[in-house]
Amino acid sequence: MATETTIFSPELAARFDKLVTLYPVRRSALVPMLLYAQDEVGYISKAVVAEVARRVGVLENDVVSVLSYYSMLRTQPIGKFNVQVCTNICCMLRGGNELFEHCKKRLGIGHKGTTADGVFSLEEVECIGACSWAPAVQVNYDFHENLTPESMDKVLEEYREKAQK
Amino acid sequence: MADVTFTVDGKKLTAPAGTLLIEACRKAGIEIPAFCYYPNLSLQAACRMCVVRIEKMPKLQTACTTVVTEGMAVTTESDEVKQSRKAMVELVLGNHPLDCPVCDAGGECELQDMTFTYGAHESRYVEIKQHRDEQQWSPVVFFDRPRCIMCYRCVRVCAEGMDVWALAVDNRGVSSVIAPNEGDSLLCEQCGMCIDICPVGALTSGTYRYKTRPWEMNHVGTICTHCGDGCKTTLGVRPVNDGVEIIRGDNRDKSGINGDFLCVKGRYAFDFAHHEGRLTKPLVRQTDGKLAPVSWEHAIDFTAKKLREIRDTRGGNAIGVIGSNRTTNEEAYLLQKFARSVLGTNNIDHHRTADYTAFAAALKDKPGREASLRDFASARAILLLGNDPTNQHPGLAWQIRTNVRLNRARLYVANHEDVRLRRQARASVILPSDGYASFVSYLGGNDGAFRGSDLTASFRDVIRKEESLLIAFGSELRGRDIQALVDFGLSLPNTKFACLGDYVNSRGAADMGLLPDLLPGYIPVSASTQFAEEYGSALPAQAGLDLIQMFDAAGQGDLAALYIVGANPVSRYGIDPSALKNTFLVVQDMFLTETAALADVVFPAANLYEKAGTVTNTYGDLQLVKKASDRAGVRTDFEIVVRVVDKMGADPKKLVPFGKGVRADFGQSRGAETGEADRHAVWLVANHLEPKLSPFDPFAVFDEIQRLVPAYNVPRLNLLLGNDEHLKSELVQIESVAGRRDLVLPANDVLYTSGTLGRYSAKLEEVVASATILMKPAETAAD
Ligand code: SF4
Ligand code: SF4
Ligand code: SF4
Ligand code: FES
Ligand code: FES
Repeated sequence: MATETTIFSPELAARFDKLVTLYPVRRSALVPMLLYAQDEVGYISKAVVAEVARRVGVLENDVVSVLSYYSMLRTQPIGKFNVQVCTNICCMLRGGNELFEHCKKRLGIGHKGTTADGVFSLEEVECIGACSWAPAVQVNYDFHENLTPESMDKVLEEYREKAQK
Repeated sequence: MADVTFTVDGKKLTAPAGTLLIEACRKAGIEIPAFCYYPNLSLQAACRMCVVRIEKMPKLQTACTTVVTEGMAVTTESDEVKQSRKAMVELVLGNHPLDCPVCDAGGECELQDMTFTYGAHESRYVEIKQHRDEQQWSPVVFFDRPRCIMCYRCVRVCAEGMDVWALAVDNRGVSSVIAPNEGDSLLCEQCGMCIDICPVGALTSGTYRYKTRPWEMNHVGTICTHCGDGCKTTLGVRPVNDGVEIIRGDNRDKSGINGDFLCVKGRYAFDFAHHEGRLTKPLVRQTDGKLAPVSWEHAIDFTAKKLREIRDTRGGNAIGVIGSNRTTNEEAYLLQKFARSVLGTNNIDHHRTADYTAFAAALKDKPGREASLRDFASARAILLLGNDPTNQHPGLAWQIRTNVRLNRARLYVANHEDVRLRRQARASVILPSDGYASFVSYLGGNDGAFRGSDLTASFRDVIRKEESLLIAFGSELRGRDIQALVDFGLSLPNTKFACLGDYVNSRGAADMGLLPDLLPGYIPVSASTQFAEEYGSALPAQAGLDLIQMFDAAGQGDLAALYIVGANPVSRYGIDPSALKNTFLVVQDMFLTETAALADVVFPAANLYEKAGTVTNTYGDLQLVKKASDRAGVRTDFEIVVRVVDKMGADPKKLVPFGKGVRADFGQSRGAETGEADRHAVWLVANHLEPKLSPFDPFAVFDEIQRLVPAYNVPRLNLLLGNDEHLKSELVQIESVAGRRDLVLPANDVLYTSGTLGRYSAKLEEVVASATILMKPAETAAD
């Protein structure tokens, strides 16, 4: 179903047109579509819900239902860089909790908070699959490993510079 | 599928391969507990109550998702299984409020039963319970979140069964909640299926909540009084000062033609019976021109005297009778007998909502061609021509959806409107609103009749290839068009038909001869020999006036009396009140309708929930109506007619052949809370009649119907047990119907309206006025 008006970029819209044809039933495209939409829009807005519902052929409340199930899908805008600190077992044993506390202090925000300048968001997350290099942190889609509070500061500094560009 | 053999608790069982273990066990009488499993809905495996031990499998397995296999050995109850179930109950109870003493579900709650069985009465959870106040989602649906056990039944029945998808689950884990589609309210069909299916008291009904407890009511299984589907419903009733009131409508025993289903009307719209405008005293127009309450005795005397006088001075032709679409078969039959044998007139008619006469003529001598409502649940292919079942026949729509979902039945829809059932259709075409007849002709092979496209051509092709087809058609088709459609259908290998009309007993009204030209069973009035013999008097042989002609005659001063039972033609046909100013008008009704307001005598009548008898749904399924409720002051239409006849000086025994020599009912057809039997006994003794059987006994009349109308001669026992029996429509002895006037006027009700009756249901009115209904009624229909 080509949607006449779209809130997405032409590329993403084209991708979605294809996506719904890849599965035996359209609604299987729901979760990947939400993820891609979140990458482009930044979060799952009401408008995203409406268009995705239309595209996969379900009602909006069904989309909300799926959306609310997944903690990685969000319904509020967040900072430019989403700092996700793992505190699961391996990272915890190698200082993940301390790292998270450090980030909180450094950024002045708590779990799921966003800095006033909109550059950083912070999140405590479950295992991100980088246990061999614990403690690990994921910023958006990039990984930073074997961190200490000091190296963490550097990482944050790099991103702050990036944000200024 | 081939059978497999397996063992459950040491018992050897067989079942078709692919059967779910839980179902196979239930069939063998072994009950496995289940919260989330519900027959015919998708599998959820959320509650883990159904766990059983299966040999050679490492862990306990859920019986609701395991299919039986050859040699499987199952233990359904053991310490291990009990322990596991107990733990699940304990988990569920972790945040469950201690509401049982006030909860609607208390006494019929599956969680109570499970707690009782598995005894999780101590909790190791010490966390404070999360409370949320009860929420109102619509006039009829309330939600009490903490009571919810997250079985997802409501979500599935709304999505899969109703195809409405109004409910969903938000969040996950312990924070999961059932959420309505509009945030804090519903936009849906308001059917209440979600409430019915909820195993606990989380979803509750706007009419019933906090009113009583299940064990304080009597439960009477009877037939819904609204549309032509005739769903079986269970009314919860209890005695009150002025009779017996209905507190709940639900679908307790799912054995009826409607399966699990009831729509908003069947479930909630019984409250018209308690409407404040309900008449409970006979009214007679006084010399000052106003209606005033009088005694029954006086009203009946007055009416009888007046009718006798008019009959004796001006003849039966000066009297007209209009019957009802909502009275029992026995009452409709009795009314025509009264008209023809006592008043001496064939001026009798009713509001016709479908052309059953033409349908009967088309099916004559064609055994097994009329579809029962049940057939729609199993037919391989269905063609729907006209009508909008979702609005006009909700029960039928449910059966069709269920069949498409479970059996992949092929549905074809040809309609001039965008009806909701198109969503289930394999193929559909849009017709012009006046294009049905030509489309039928086109289906039959007449290419010139309909300007078709490729789409219509392929539509026709697939239909003609169907080996077995069920055709349901709406009132868009009448007269000759019905004949043409049946002819087309019969050219296919195996076709059944259903003629869709409105109201609970429209079909019965036609079948029972509420027609000016046809006797019961569609026998022409000119061929009344058998009837005359049975009635012991000659019957008028000339066809009488139809409904429209009666009002014309009244306007011209040719109709001296008009007797109307349970109908509101003045509003429905837009009759000018002045047309009736010189006509003696008698009306039997529950309310002072537009018609009753013009009457000289108004008798307060009982409704279908307050009487016994039979009704015939639009598919020709005959069902037993049982008396559920009662209202002091009112009488059944049956009783009123018998009393009038008696006072007119005619012999009630001739009208109702009760007493010696008939098979009749000794009370089994009456409801639990009747009082009727006692009233009869008093009347009988006072009138020196034998008190064994009563002149108000509908089954005495049903005997006569079965003798004279072969189509109705179905086995009696099954009917008395509360099961539906399909008519033998092929036995109808109808002559040609060519040249009959087309008087069909469809009711055009939608899901939330029910003719004049619906206007007296406060709940329906509230629902219609709310923002929560999915399909807005274009206009409120009038009867
Ligand atoms: S009442 Fe509404 S929410 Fe409940 S099952 Fe019916 S349509 Fe769905
Ligand atoms: S509201 Fe009732 S039916 Fe729905 S999930 Fe909760 S307990 Fe089950
Ligand atoms: S579908 Fe018709 S018969 Fe069934 S409950 Fe609704 S109104 Fe009553
Ligand atoms: S535990 Fe932190 S990445 Fe696996
Ligand atoms: S009934 Fe089997 S898991 Fe709920």
